[in-house]
Amino acid sequence: MAVRVQQENFDIGAEIAALTNSRTDIGAVVTFTGTVRGSAGGAPITTMTLEHYPGMTEAELGRVEAEALERWPLSGTLIVHRVGELNPGDNIVLVITASAHRHAAFEAAEFLMDYLKSRAPFWKKEARPDGAADWVDARETDTVALERWSK
Amino acid sequence: MTTLDHASPDTTSQTRTVTLRYFAWVREKVGTSEEAIEIPTNLETVAQLIDWLKQRGENYSAAFERAEVIRTALDQTHAGPQSSIADADEIAFFPPVTGG
Repeated sequence: MAVRVQQENFDIGAEIAALTNSRTDIGAVVTFTGTVRGSAGGAPITTMTLEHYPGMTEAELGRVEAEALERWPLSGTLIVHRVGELNPGDNIVLVITASAHRHAAFEAAEFLMDYLKSRAPFWKKEARPDGAADWVDARETDTVALERWSK
Repeated sequence: MTTLDHASPDTTSQTRTVTLRYFAWVREKVGTSEEAIEIPTNLETVAQLIDWLKQRGENYSAAFERAEVIRTALDQTHAGPQSSIADADEIAFFPPVTGG
């Protein structure tokens, strides 16, 4: 059970290995990796810069993780989110869920991503080839995605 | 409870210091990421604080022009427009989040 916010890239295989290290109670591991798209609305982007709210980000990710642990029988979870300037193709976010059976791991991974996208204080700014940069607007579909988890 | 339609820093005697933090385009429009300011103790809610801030200058009125899209955190926990700011030491304003 861990959350990390970092500038540097992550190694998905190494993170899975660290989470499942010599454990025999885990039967399913699900990972989700979010990456930077090279275009936005059909126009190319050169970089994506992620700003966050140090302190609150970790606290909010911890609350999201605690909520998942309450809802599913998870053997382990990991959330890693990058900040700073990223390039198209770079990793942005990693979510790993481990459980005895696959359904809990699949569902919890989706839940963590839906909650993270609507609650964790990160903001994306996309730069275009002409040098201009725009803050990414929040998507209504992310709010809709969250609603299906309401108890 | 008194409604504060026209709260003004000039007509209020009691104040307290809070840390205000701004992120993303709210930060860019206000022109700073963080400031410690004196606010009147009779401001009760997030919405009242935003109305009060809008009177401080053009940068604030521009940042909070569309107050309905601004999100707020009180001591690093999500809050709403009607949340009480009475116990908050750190109040943050930002656009809807776009991580993940």
